Amino acid sequence: MSAFPRLTASPARLPLDNVDTDQLIPARFMSRARSEGYGAVLLHDLRKKDPAARLPDGASILIAGRNFGCGSSREAAVYALFDFGIRVVLAPSFGDIFASNAVNNGVLPAVIPADRLARLEGEITVDLERVEITHSGGKIGFEIDPVWRTKLLNGWDDIDLTAQHAQAIASFKAAHHARAPWTRPMILG
Amino acid sequence: MSNPQTLFDKVWGAHVIHARPDGTDLLWVDRHFVHEGSHHAFRKLAARNMVLAEPGLTFGVTDHYAPTRGAPASDDIAGMIQTLKANAQTHGLEHFALGDPRQGIVHVIGPEQGLTLPGLVIVCGDSHTSTHGAFGSVAFGIGATDVAHVLATQTIWQRRPRAMRITVEGTLSPGVTAKDIALAWIAELGADGARGHAIEYAGSAIRALSMEGRLTLCNMSIEGGGRFGMIAPDEVTLDYVKGRPYAPGDWDRATAAWLALQSDADAAFAREVTLTATDIAPTLTWGTSPDQAVPITGHVPQDATRDVLDYMGLRIGDPLNGTPVDQVFIGSCTNARIEDLRAAAAVLRGRKARVPGLVSPGSSAIKRQAEEEGLDAVFVQAGLDWVASGCSMCVGMNGDLVAPGKRCASTTNRNFKGRQGPGARTHLMSPAMVAAAAVTGTLTDVRPLLEGRER
Repeated sequence: MSAFPRLTASPARLPLDNVDTDQLIPARFMSRARSEGYGAVLLHDLRKKDPAARLPDGASILIAGRNFGCGSSREAAVYALFDFGIRVVLAPSFGDIFASNAVNNGVLPAVIPADRLARLEGEITVDLERVEITHSGGKIGFEIDPVWRTKLLNGWDDIDLTAQHAQAIASFKAAHHARAPWTRPMILG
Repeated sequence: MSNPQTLFDKVWGAHVIHARPDGTDLLWVDRHFVHEGSHHAFRKLAARNMVLAEPGLTFGVTDHYAPTRGAPASDDIAGMIQTLKANAQTHGLEHFALGDPRQGIVHVIGPEQGLTLPGLVIVCGDSHTSTHGAFGSVAFGIGATDVAHVLATQTIWQRRPRAMRITVEGTLSPGVTAKDIALAWIAELGADGARGHAIEYAGSAIRALSMEGRLTLCNMSIEGGGRFGMIAPDEVTLDYVKGRPYAPGDWDRATAAWLALQSDADAAFAREVTLTATDIAPTLTWGTSPDQAVPITGHVPQDATRDVLDYMGLRIGDPLNGTPVDQVFIGSCTNARIEDLRAAAAVLRGRKARVPGLVSPGSSAIKRQAEEEGLDAVFVQAGLDWVASGCSMCVGMNGDLVAPGKRCASTTNRNFKGRQGPGARTHLMSPAMVAAAAVTGTLTDVRPLLEGRER
């Protein structure tokens, strides 16, 4: 995962609450390999019916509604956003699993209250290092878990991080299985 | 004297390998379930030339794309099923594949096989993994990147969520079930009501629930935004686990540890919510989010938005009771266990369904049990299709779809737009309520249909 850049763009808007991951990518598209690209199926069904869900090509920042990405754990919802070009989603709140998946794929889920989002106009600059957004009317902050901020800024990969703890994991496993042997699955003889 | 702890704290704390100063913990994972949708994660693993860290703690389940009638509906679907089989073989993990008598929906067969136990950390690339918390385990859904991490390391980095307790006191009225408790709290608190929190369900109404009911309730946690739902183990839990294929051999030692998994009397919860059981009626959704739910005696609310009304084909003020349905579905990880099938059959016995419908048991074992009990005959004689086990029409990945514009009374967990197929209109409710909808051809109150019947 590459390090998260400072980003300047005119945000696209998806002014709907509770946009679930079934909307972001309908289930029938989830069998494709990532290499086939998911951008073309972002909001596939919703955008046919709802003009509000038609995002402009080239959008990299999305302003969304409350509880964005609720529902299924499908990481393909983030793939669809990422492959479309979205790197930042600004919303009053996010589904917990979606937000975690977003960070794992280099997409910033930035939390900003709805009234402040409504005031963002024109081109904006998202600066994750300083945790602030510059717009024509000045600067506003946003919320991001500090752990996620660090991870995005460094482009960290968890598997690499965890490798440093290999010894601790091995020790824990031995102690855990000695302390609670019933945690290991064994077919009764 | 140590600090008072919640049930969640106790299980979480017993799995912390490394606590980072920034508040993120590296947790040991006791059980990892993978399904056909886990193909991205296996690809990530292959791209790094890595092997599974703990194949003995990893279990494959064919459910999301499993055909319920005959062969897979397309080459694409068959390919997904084959890919999981190949990955399971490559990595040497136990796989509950098509044709295996143990096959079924992951959140049904985990408990059924005794793989789901109290006090474990359980993950799966599926948001309804919260189901397994019904045993007092910390169980949660994760995305593909985290699935790959668990495959590679048997661990996961997580920040501890805040604690929340939903207490339900009193006795549920006849015809009111765990599904109704779930829809009631979600309607009250919203689809993001438990966001950022781990829920513990407590109170006399919860204690009185069967294991099946507890699984339904914990399953629906994510529909209220809660990634985790838990219930403290008790005798009901132990009775369910005892004798299961993977139940521990050192039973006395295990159960002593399990029964200690209770929130301390003075443990603090960031949020406390209390419901009264007798206030809960048979409840169903009217809209396209699980929190858009009302009692069956209710109406489409005044604040319903245009797009939802158009999608659902309803108007503000419409009574739910009497709204015609086109079909019914009884199935899914939410409500397809034996008790759910019995509850639906109790309504359908000796009656005809006025609309077509599908009944897909939660597992192949439940299918056999239901057939031994004669429940299949009740469904078939009513005119419903009795089919094989899988996620089926809850998510439509196997091709079991509700046609555009059709209205389906469903025992599933999500009424999102397009969830059961593009343009499908889903109403979520309990199995008994779905059976009542089948019998009358409309959304209807199950309670009069239960009068004089053994439940």
